[in-house]
Amino acid sequence: MNTTILLTVITLSLLGVALAVILYFVAEKFKVYEDPRIDEVEALLPGANCGGCGFPGCRGLSDAIVKAEAMDGLYCPVGGNETMQAIAKHLGRVAAAKEPMVAVLRCNGAKQVRKNVNLYNGAPSCAVASATYAGQTGCQFGCLGFGDCVTACSFNAMKMDEETGLPVIDEESCTACGACVKACPKVIIELRKKGPKNRRIYVSCASKDKGAAAKKACGAACIGCGKCVKTCPFEAITLENNLAYIDFNKCKLCRKCVAVCPTSAILEVNFPPRVKEEEASKSEEA
Amino acid sequence: MLRTFRIGGIHPPENKIASSSKIEVLPLPEVAYIPIGQHIGAPATALVAKGDKVKVGQLVAKSSGFVSANIHSSVSGTVSGIESIVDASGYPRPTIVVAVEGDEWEEGIDRTETLKEQITATPQEIVKLVAEKGIVGMGGATFPSHIKLMIPDGKVAEVLIINGVECEPYLTADDRLMVERGEEIMVGIKLLMMSIGVEKAIVGIENNKQQAIANLTALSKKYSGIAIQPLVVKYPQGGEKQLVKATINREIPSGGLPIDVGAVVQNVATAFATYEAVQKGKPLIDRIVTVTGGGIAKPSNFMVRVGTPISQLVEAAGGLPNGQLKVISGGPMMGKALPTISSPVTKGTSGVLVMPSEMATRPAASECIRCAKCVSACPMGLEPFLLNKLSVRKLYPELESRKVTDCIECGSCSYICPAGIPLLDYIRTGKSAVMHAIRTRKK
Repeated sequence: MNTTILLTVITLSLLGVALAVILYFVAEKFKVYEDPRIDEVEALLPGANCGGCGFPGCRGLSDAIVKAEAMDGLYCPVGGNETMQAIAKHLGRVAAAKEPMVAVLRCNGAKQVRKNVNLYNGAPSCAVASATYAGQTGCQFGCLGFGDCVTACSFNAMKMDEETGLPVIDEESCTACGACVKACPKVIIELRKKGPKNRRIYVSCASKDKGAAAKKACGAACIGCGKCVKTCPFEAITLENNLAYIDFNKCKLCRKCVAVCPTSAILEVNFPPRVKEEEASKSEEA
Repeated sequence: MLRTFRIGGIHPPENKIASSSKIEVLPLPEVAYIPIGQHIGAPATALVAKGDKVKVGQLVAKSSGFVSANIHSSVSGTVSGIESIVDASGYPRPTIVVAVEGDEWEEGIDRTETLKEQITATPQEIVKLVAEKGIVGMGGATFPSHIKLMIPDGKVAEVLIINGVECEPYLTADDRLMVERGEEIMVGIKLLMMSIGVEKAIVGIENNKQQAIANLTALSKKYSGIAIQPLVVKYPQGGEKQLVKATINREIPSGGLPIDVGAVVQNVATAFATYEAVQKGKPLIDRIVTVTGGGIAKPSNFMVRVGTPISQLVEAAGGLPNGQLKVISGGPMMGKALPTISSPVTKGTSGVLVMPSEMATRPAASECIRCAKCVSACPMGLEPFLLNKLSVRKLYPELESRKVTDCIECGSCSYICPAGIPLLDYIRTGKSAVMHAIRTRKK
């Protein structure tokens, strides 16, 4: 019995050693060389794997960055400028600073101003509703309110407001990765510059209907009157298909357009409340 | 002996409450709304403008490509313009609006009801007339019929299959047509047989239409080569893949067409329209529409001019009942719920179904319990519960490998699901994304 055990132990040990040696040589022969910098850059990235950079996950982006010669066109919206500067420093390159962006919903059609004209009884998804018909309200361009954008957000930056029926974007959490923009079948979520002091102005409407039809469907619609276009001192606003659009690269945040818009379709975000001119003159008299 | 297709299928309650209502000609509307896109393929190009006078049967929009169809005016009067009118989809579409004046017809159209049996047209002339007179699939799909009659090189047509199935619950338009205008249908079938060069035609009719089966069987003694095949009542027997399997026991390969197995399928109303086009010179300007449903006082089958607002049909059938309603254009399985009843009747409107909301509201969905009833019900042998999950999660490559493109969107899965999950709604979204990817890939 002793010899059996001894022989078994010796055979298995020899087998183990032989296999280990084979494995060692095979591993060496088939080793894939990877630039160690790819691991290092990946460690500097946030690790959310959201795809907002346009690459498959953070490793995809770090791979692209290391293999590229310059940092042009490569940007992680979640990590932002801080992360890109750190990566550039680590690789001995220069990265141009990009302005932070944020997602913005271009629709004012809350339940209070845009009434339902029929009841949707299908699957509660914007993609399904949009493919089925023009929507529950008189505006075929506006937000459907089933929250495909909220579902798409991997940073918990979006929430459906039950009172208005519109999604709300938390600008602190929003990384401008673009997932909600892709998810919205009406294409009414836009990535715009966050702005100095997080201030921005935009036309919160996507309706291409003529003024009367747009206003009938929604009280806060852009009616394409063009007052904003005429008022803007920086020629930042264009009017096309009965809809005004503010170019965020030209807008200087003077708010003149907000004051003249008859339907309050243009929104100003994070500004202090305006002191109205009549009130100011009254308080002067008093 | 009764035949049917083998895989899947469901048995929704038939509710053919309008089946004994004789076809009634609806009076002309005051204004006709004729959309330029009433068919599968590119919308036609309008030939008329504001102020033009038109006659019934006049060509008002020309086919704009290979997969497109001509559109003729169904009324006489003055064109008040080409406007954007909301159609069954809820979106506004370009529509020729005609203020109706009198009932003047184009020259060369035989308006008498006398049967014209003798066929003088050649096969090529038949196909040409089918195209010229704007004939499209009348079962509701509205595929331009002349394309099906042009057999591609390398394929051989052996048999013509006529779809007299009308498997959708509630709809009875084809039924009444087979009962009341049976002989015209037989001549139409003969014309179609000639156009594709076949000696054999089979008319598939579901067994709940005894009068239609009896009428056509008696007539078939006079018309050689046409056989009447009664079928088991099962939805969706009217789907062409299911019908081909049921009538000639051949399976169309995945992604294929009936001509791949030697068959050409046409709806029975399309055969009737072909008779009118070739023998009477009449273009497709009217059709039978069943107005029915739990909310309708007088279920009817109306002969309606294309362009008549649906509200006029509903009025003639007793009007809308009070309360919240679902009004469906088509049948309850594949029809579209209408956001407004001012939309016009088009070439593909087979029925108007008015349901009180208690009968039509879907319950809230609960979770999938993997019961696989949907798998048993799917007539294409797919796995709807899986296709649904993949569509929701947008896993398109796997959706494609699981053959989502084979889905005929019949709705059997949504109907049978005990959890009330709207399976088809999501599968349709996934299928459309996959088809878009496939189309852009080939470029």
